[in-house]
Amino acid sequence: MGNVIILCEHKNGDLVKQSLSAIKAGIDTAKATSGKSFLLLIGSGIDKAKEAASRFGADGVITVEDASLAGYTAEAYAIAAFEAVKSQSAGLVLATTSAFSKDLLPRLAVKLKAGMVSDILSIKTDGGKISGFTRAMWAGSMVADVEVSGDTIVATVRGTAFAHAEAVSAASPVTPVSVKIDQGALKAKSLEIIEHKSTRPQLADASVVISGGRGLKGPEGFKTIEQLADLFGAAIGASRAAVDAGWVPNDLQVGQTGKIVAPNLYIAIGISGAIQHLAGMKDSKTIVAINKDPDAPIFQIADYGLVADFAKAVPELVEEIKKVK
Amino acid sequence: MKILVTVKRVSDPEAKLKIKPDGSWIQTEGVKFVVNPFDEIAVEEALRIKEKQTGEVVVVSIGEKVVTEQMRAALAMGADRGIFVNYTGSYDSYDVANILQKVVEQEKPDIIILGKQAVDDDMGAAGFMLAELLGYPQAAFASKVEISDDKKKAKVTREIDGGLEVKEVELPCVITADLRLNTPRYASLPNIMKAKQKPVKEVTVDALGAAVKPRVTVKKLTEPPKRKGGVKVESVQDLVTKLKNEAKVI
Repeated sequence: MGNVIILCEHKNGDLVKQSLSAIKAGIDTAKATSGKSFLLLIGSGIDKAKEAASRFGADGVITVEDASLAGYTAEAYAIAAFEAVKSQSAGLVLATTSAFSKDLLPRLAVKLKAGMVSDILSIKTDGGKISGFTRAMWAGSMVADVEVSGDTIVATVRGTAFAHAEAVSAASPVTPVSVKIDQGALKAKSLEIIEHKSTRPQLADASVVISGGRGLKGPEGFKTIEQLADLFGAAIGASRAAVDAGWVPNDLQVGQTGKIVAPNLYIAIGISGAIQHLAGMKDSKTIVAINKDPDAPIFQIADYGLVADFAKAVPELVEEIKKVK
Repeated sequence: MKILVTVKRVSDPEAKLKIKPDGSWIQTEGVKFVVNPFDEIAVEEALRIKEKQTGEVVVVSIGEKVVTEQMRAALAMGADRGIFVNYTGSYDSYDVANILQKVVEQEKPDIIILGKQAVDDDMGAAGFMLAELLGYPQAAFASKVEISDDKKKAKVTREIDGGLEVKEVELPCVITADLRLNTPRYASLPNIMKAKQKPVKEVTVDALGAAVKPRVTVKKLTEPPKRKGGVKVESVQDLVTKLKNEAKVI
């Protein structure tokens, strides 16, 4: 068993919070397999992220910094990640599941000739070796025990399935790895990032998520549930139907093919509860469902179900919560 | 312009699935199978590109003979011909990428479009593994694809965390289709009939010279613990009381 490398994500110079799940999973696995753990940061202008990454008690932080890596492309980052992984004889490469890691890690896996598993729920170790993983299949209706052969394994880690790593006082040493990227050979470039601006917390980070679906009948319906979100400082989520209809941006979709969340409180409003949506939220601690249809499947998994029209119930709920909060 | 599209046979997303008694896989008897919904979007996009640019849409499916049912569905949507890779063993994403690499080397398409993930295993890796094996650029999670006038580049809008990215890739390239790329067309009855006559070439993994040796294997399936829900509250006041006193989330 070799070392564990945890590829961390950064945004606007800061370490992305979701990476803390992979960091925790990676450091724990390294300890259980007598390997070393290294956090990997790729990019340009990442001093803050570097400093943050050095505070989790990993054996080291590896950085690949180059002006050519300022903008992300899977093509360039796979080259950079490969150089870093080679420098440490890694047996396991992890990253928290995200649009970034899903795009990048398969390319890295091929460079390493490694098997890859996506969105794992747990890592099993036996006698100091990794013995397998578990992961969800068929929209979370099954959990699979999976084995991966080979000297190196690449995996994305479901953020909600692992605790976050906690900062320690000792700083990990930082080792830079240099890489030459031939921009012309990449045949790809990022032209523009169109950010969906929001003052609300990210879905994956929020302790309360208020989600809306087809039952909200339009973008105005989302305005109504925003009042509720304001009370909790909650993130807004949506079912696929609401996103497909163009009522809210695509990255708010919760479910099998969108974001997987497990907040302390999840309130589903006007969402019928297709299995594909449940796959993205059924591990939430407390689930509340508000729906006009008493037979909506969402009620079967909700801790508290209220059969009501959202347009009447949500403003009432806002007033009642204000009274007791 | 030649476009290669992959079509995977998956259990109907609406199907209620059960595990085989030995836990090795799901019971497939009596389960309806369909084209992976993301692959349907990929086929539709390939057809739309062809309709603008002229050219050919070739569908690839891997598996036992039954997978040709889903391939015919793609041909009925309007794809021109199929390549059926007859393989009965188990395989992982890497194997799929190895097989597709050989098909691409024979067919030399300008664009390869796959669904962003298959809704059965939710792995979502084969497309990008293929791109890396071929040394092609990739555009993942596409919600809009524009081919340049000189047909040398694609400008792809893709769904990322926190918004969208516009990425430019040189052809040949690999694109994976996200939900908002298009709405797939229905196959008309005459086209379903016509699809039966469209050419499908059958090849084996050996004939292609592809290496298949799964690194990733599923050992056992279990059902996750069921969540106990189903409690209804009578009123908004009742709900707030329970959230405060029982769940303690307010």
